Amino acid sequence: MAIEIEKPSSVRLSKVAISKTHGEDSPYFAGWKAYDENPYDEIHNQSGVIQMGLAENQVSFDLLEKYLEEHHEVSSWGKGAPGFRENALFQDYHGLKSFRQAMANFMEQIRGGKAKFDPDRIVLTAGATAANELLTFILADPGDALLVPTPYYPGFDRDLRWRTGVKIVPIHCNSSNNFQITPEALEAAYQSAESMDLKVRGILITNPSNPLGSTIQSSVLNDILDFAAHKNIHLVSDEIYSGSTFSPSEFVSIAEILRNRNYKDAERVHIVYSLSKDLGLPGFRVGTIYSYNDDVVTTARRMSSFTLISSQTQHLLACMLSNHEFTQNYIKTNRERLNKRYDMIIQGLKKAGIECLKGNAGLFCWMNLSPLLNEPTRQGELELWNIILNQVKLNISPGSSCHCSEPGWFRVCFANMSEQTLRVALQRIHKFMEQRKVCSVNQ
Amino acid sequence: MTQTRYYRTRSPEPEKEKTGGGGGTAMRVIVPLQGVVQGRGGLVLGSIIPCALFYFLQFYLKRNRADPDDKNESNSTSQNPTTRSPSSEHLTELPGLTRSLSRALLSPRNSGPVSISARVSGIVKGGDSPYYMGLKRVKEDPYDELDNPNGVIQLGLAENKLSLDLVKDWLAENAREAILGNGKELSVSGIAPYQPFDGLMEFKVAVAGFMSQVMENAVSFNPSQMVLTAGATPAIEILSFCLADTGNAFLVPTPYYPGFDRDVKWRTGVEIIHVPCRSAENFHLSIAALDRSFNQAKKRGLKVRGVIISNPSNPVGNLLNRETLYSLLDFAREKNIHIISNEILAGSTHGNEEFVSMAEIVDQEDTDRKRVHIVYGLSKDLSLPGFRVGVIYTFNEDVLAAARKLSRFSATSAPTQCLLISMLSDTKFVRTFITTNRERLQRMYVQLVAGLEKMGIKSIKSSGGFYCWADMSGFISSYSEKGEVELWDKLLNIGKVNVTPGSCCHCIEPGWFRFCFATLTEKDIPVVMERIQKVLKPVN
Repeated sequence: MAIEIEKPSSVRLSKVAISKTHGEDSPYFAGWKAYDENPYDEIHNQSGVIQMGLAENQVSFDLLEKYLEEHHEVSSWGKGAPGFRENALFQDYHGLKSFRQAMANFMEQIRGGKAKFDPDRIVLTAGATAANELLTFILADPGDALLVPTPYYPGFDRDLRWRTGVKIVPIHCNSSNNFQITPEALEAAYQSAESMDLKVRGILITNPSNPLGSTIQSSVLNDILDFAAHKNIHLVSDEIYSGSTFSPSEFVSIAEILRNRNYKDAERVHIVYSLSKDLGLPGFRVGTIYSYNDDVVTTARRMSSFTLISSQTQHLLACMLSNHEFTQNYIKTNRERLNKRYDMIIQGLKKAGIECLKGNAGLFCWMNLSPLLNEPTRQGELELWNIILNQVKLNISPGSSCHCSEPGWFRVCFANMSEQTLRVALQRIHKFMEQRKVCSVNQ
Repeated sequence: MTQTRYYRTRSPEPEKEKTGGGGGTAMRVIVPLQGVVQGRGGLVLGSIIPCALFYFLQFYLKRNRADPDDKNESNSTSQNPTTRSPSSEHLTELPGLTRSLSRALLSPRNSGPVSISARVSGIVKGGDSPYYMGLKRVKEDPYDELDNPNGVIQLGLAENKLSLDLVKDWLAENAREAILGNGKELSVSGIAPYQPFDGLMEFKVAVAGFMSQVMENAVSFNPSQMVLTAGATPAIEILSFCLADTGNAFLVPTPYYPGFDRDVKWRTGVEIIHVPCRSAENFHLSIAALDRSFNQAKKRGLKVRGVIISNPSNPVGNLLNRETLYSLLDFAREKNIHIISNEILAGSTHGNEEFVSMAEIVDQEDTDRKRVHIVYGLSKDLSLPGFRVGVIYTFNEDVLAAARKLSRFSATSAPTQCLLISMLSDTKFVRTFITTNRERLQRMYVQLVAGLEKMGIKSIKSSGGFYCWADMSGFISSYSEKGEVELWDKLLNIGKVNVTPGSCCHCIEPGWFRFCFATLTEKDIPVVMERIQKVLKPVN
């Protein structure tokens, strides 16, 4: 306990409030600030910063708009407003049954029917951010640890650690095997935690991976689940990008793995999902926890009181997601458009002499700029990042903010802009690479 | 329910992996000590150091006495250790997951079940309080005039259905345009992408205007000082996280809203210290009682970080008058602590008493604004609990910055915000709504109180909220919590009327009950009275 000698006039805040664990001082967020201050606009601000650091999906809005145009009843309550009263008063943390059913169906559709979801195991939260934090509160105590494969989504540092007081211990992955998770890496991470006197409570994987933009293979998923069972810890699978795989057959959900092994070890598995990426609706704040563990479902439900989804939003989305024709068409079209974007950016980068990790999912690609580094260090990477942000005016995310152990990798988002803007971005990269070639030739 | 406060805490440091807090703590002791030794600091430090060391010793002893791994140990520092309820205004629960499904998924386990955190395992095993059980009963067997005349009548939920028709009518005419494009850029591509987690600025402006109207324009609210959250529930929790550390405490006058136990304590590890209010003073807050509780806390080694008041109060329905609010601010200043003023029912006042917001008090006194934080929401005044709109309003820049970041875990939904922007900006509608709503609340209140009076049940004069706070101590078999709960049980299972017993609200005097009336129609009142009469057997 500290002895505080307080200034009489200032009333203090808590450690959580003043902590830097929100992580917003990192380059990941600094880039966003730069974008906010000088955002690119096709017409009004052509020299502005192009945002490629935000994994948002804007390629399929028209499909949503068309749906809402044609289905008035979804966004209003019409004459006589049937159901409005119940909806306005509905704050039951179970969530609207119709919405949970619709979410379960949607999740099944995304997995091509290869897994079944029980609506009563779905817990609703205001976004996946809340879902991940909630699970962390439930599965671990302050001071405990979760193992997370690197590179990982920068937001985890905040979401999993900030208020929970839980630590992240990285499972180091590297380019020698395309950043796949290996049993050796899992064991090494576990040992590392033990050596720091930290109690490991679970593993959190993102599948498809952010920032890699690739799906995790079946065999690897089985290895991870076996490892979790062996150590008697939890496994959280964040499948927020499951609907954003370019080809439906390549994604294998942990739900499928469980089904194939007759749900052995299921009580330690929990899936996180959201409509923010697949459906491009992050503003709606819709996330879910799907757990095979009754206690976790019960507790998560109660805890979701802090993060309920607006009943109006549930109502709107229940209608939309129950429309089988709409969802099928949406999932298919969205995949095609993302695939097209991915091809476009990969080709464009290749022409500029840049290689990327082979990806098959997500709203971004994992670009390798290590040949361009002055020195093969984090410092070198940040220098390069600075140049790209401030001279090339592209906001991309440096691998170090994703805790990548190899410097020089960058995450580049491609789905949050028009095709035209993407072309502009690729032109800028091309020009930049040309200039560097000239420079290196002249040296 | 919450984990004992004696677990090891580690500050969430990103870079260093410390295994204990000893190093940092030691330095904070040594540096000022060095100062004292070197003759700096003088009398103040000279007396603080020994006192602090004494507290340090006490804390150290307590820490080493408790067993942090005992999952069944409840947080026993509150005065009422019995109810470990997850109670809330709105919680309802289905009879539970189908066990057959879960059995199908379970296999013979290797080394025992995988454990959940100590923090929550108490929740899972926790018993249900009457508050919670009552809500469940109503759900299973709800009264309906025609279809289920013998069902349970709900008087245990502080919800207001009296004026929903007004909102409904507005929506029927305006909703579509409101969500998807009312002349502004609010198409899907406008509302779908990531928005500021603490709310759209246009929505904050609309809410600020609404709050002002609701409080009779006695004060204006600055939208830039607002953080919007998914309901007032996370607003309270976020403020608890911002203003107090694990193991610290807030003073809360009793009886209080049962949900505070969850909102303030559960995940934060912060304590609530009860400040009892008594019927002799009509359950009004007394600064003397606050002071006593503060000192008792200090003796126990608990650091008080603030006071949480509800104005209008729940479950009593009192308004805090201007003088009390000024005294409260003086008290907070003297102790250098925060004030959280929960004003979620500000628009649901009825009767003649004047409502004064804490915002009005600090408006005139610039110096202490940093310690005042107001919680508001649309669940009560606008009858839209499902839409999840809560407000943190603060004058403290640091709290604002922290709360903004924390709001990402509990953000309001964009389409809902858009819908409400239009509604709240319609000042004519808002004015009509507030006035009509108040009239209807007043009418119901008067009838309910009169009905109870006829049976010899007196209530505290209340000027706000959807309930009356009634004294049924004359009808309980023993003057104790047990007697009170017995009566509650009879009222629920024989009378088929769900009311809230005072013990759920930590009332220090047994026999008080909260009767909510805003979920009823006028026709229901005589039915309610009849049912209560059936149950009562006066104790001589």
